[in-house]
Amino acid sequence: MGSLAAPFDKGSAVSAPVLRTERLEKRFGGIVATDSVSLSIAPGARHALIGPNGAGKTTLVNLLTGVLPVSAGAVYLDEVDITRLPVHRRVARGMVRTFQISQLFRSLSPRETLALIVGQQRGLGRRWWGSLAREASVIERADQLLEQFRLASVRDVRTDQLAYGKRRLLEIAIALACEPRVLLLDEPVAGVPAGEREEILQTLAALPAQVSILLIEHDMELVFGFSRFITVLVNGSVLAEGEPAAIAADPRVKAVYLGSGAGHTP
Amino acid sequence: MLLATDRWRERLIVGFLFAVAFGLPWLMPSRALFVAETASVALFALSLDLVLGYAGIVSLGHAAFFGVGAYAAGLFAKLVMPDPLTGLAVGIAVAALMGLACSLTILRGSDLTRIMVTLALSLLLYELANRFDAITGGADGLQGMAMGPLLGRFEFDLQGQVPATYALAVLFLALLLVQWVVRSPLGATLLAVRDNPLRAAAVGIPVASRLAFAYAFGAALAGAAGALVAQTSGFVSLEVFSIERSADVLLMLVIGGAGWVYGGVLGAVAFKVLNELVAGITPQYWTFWMGLFLLAIGLLGRERVLRPWALWQRPSTKAVR
Ligand SMILES: Nc1ncnc2c1ncn2[C@@H]1O[C@H](COP(=O)(O)OP(=O)(O)O)[C@@H](O)[C@H]1O
Ligand SMILES: [Mg+2]
Repeated sequence: MGSLAAPFDKGSAVSAPVLRTERLEKRFGGIVATDSVSLSIAPGARHALIGPNGAGKTTLVNLLTGVLPVSAGAVYLDEVDITRLPVHRRVARGMVRTFQISQLFRSLSPRETLALIVGQQRGLGRRWWGSLAREASVIERADQLLEQFRLASVRDVRTDQLAYGKRRLLEIAIALACEPRVLLLDEPVAGVPAGEREEILQTLAALPAQVSILLIEHDMELVFGFSRFITVLVNGSVLAEGEPAAIAADPRVKAVYLGSGAGHTP
Repeated sequence: MLLATDRWRERLIVGFLFAVAFGLPWLMPSRALFVAETASVALFALSLDLVLGYAGIVSLGHAAFFGVGAYAAGLFAKLVMPDPLTGLAVGIAVAALMGLACSLTILRGSDLTRIMVTLALSLLLYELANRFDAITGGADGLQGMAMGPLLGRFEFDLQGQVPATYALAVLFLALLLVQWVVRSPLGATLLAVRDNPLRAAAVGIPVASRLAFAYAFGAALAGAAGALVAQTSGFVSLEVFSIERSADVLLMLVIGGAGWVYGGVLGAVAFKVLNELVAGITPQYWTFWMGLFLLAIGLLGRERVLRPWALWQRPSTKAVR
């Protein structure tokens, strides 16, 4: 946390990346899902990762977070090698993700879910007595998140009974309950009605400037509105990288997107 | 459930039921041994509820822990000293250690290994206990264990009043402990792991150590149940490791409903009482009636099996302000 004290300069790439991969590789049998990917995420980044379906975006997030073991290469968080660190230890270091397909605790309500995560976050996860209900500050933070993500009206409904849009909102609220420093968002607004998408992304964009965000998203409108840096992934490897204007003008990127039918004009 | 604060009604009901149970051996002395056995088996079902209902680990051979607790307590009484509480502690410790060792295989294995590990273990232990009959008594069972007085004062009577009270007291304390743990912040993380291990890890919960904890805790309680059966009946037979034992306790949990603290205990009581009633009328058809009862639960009362608390609670979850 202390390393955040120094103010960083938005314009240049002086500061060391908060998250970095080195020639990362993942093979599933014969398929190379991640092909020698070297990626850097700057402190406070609003970094988008785009690419057609099957490009390996989700696999990359799984490698970064430790859900899948890497085939080769390395992952550095704050320049510390975390390639073999278990999933929960990476979370403890401040790297948190959302899932493309919502992963919720089905028998718990949104309020219980958030309270338990906030409790875990505050070091209560191993306490075998007492009740979360008595932890006023935990409940307060959970309720605050419920408000922020418009979940207050369904706070006591089992999550497996929630409407799709609410499930997506909870998915993101869960990630924020973990107080991330590095946030990996795997298609967070996929399937969310158009009106609410914008709003969710605004909430995310409004996160403290120190939080570094990697966003995977298909809607180019949103990507170009949100990000200050874009990486294009195709067939598991990096096709192009740069600021939004440069990416929009890149003929190779245009070819990929025209080819896959997802047209865009920034 | 997790965030509810108001539990007076629940406390009242549980308190009342236990008061009745504690009174039974003294009001109906002929039923004292039945009460003792039912309380022990209820503790066994509680332990499975913790493992299956709260940690989501399927344990098909849960009798492995029960049997180890029974033999440990029995041998301890016979060979070392007759004090019941020390024997109980020994049974708990041995079973807990075995649970911890098993959890290592569980963490590494696939779902199928998870299911098989205790089953294999119970078969193995059955054969071992059979083979080493010089120590265990083999097929004749472990005999000649003299129990000392409880707390140095209360002799175990043949009618079973002191044993029944002892078993009930242990069950009651175990129930309080389990309730306490599952409703704590730690218990909340157990529920998270049960519901979705992938997400649990992704919010920073150490899934492996939670599973190991639940497994060892469940094994310890099963060991306590085995120790109680050994001590209150003064006898341990190979049957403590049998597949029937493991199957029966699973049935009890299905009857009472897994994943809530009282499911195992209520299921065990229902199972035992039904067994007693039916066996009194038509002993040879007990399994037939049991099967019919289970079918009825499966077909008519699925809701009751899956969400048993729905019967006692209004649909909306009570919440704190
Ligand atoms: N667990 C897996 N086993 C085998 N193949 C996989 C697995 N996960 C992903 N893949 C394959 O890896 C490639 C990249 O998938 P994915 O990362 O989900 O793409 P994206 O998120 O960019 O749509 C696809 O060809 C997919 O079929
Ligand atoms: Mg994907």
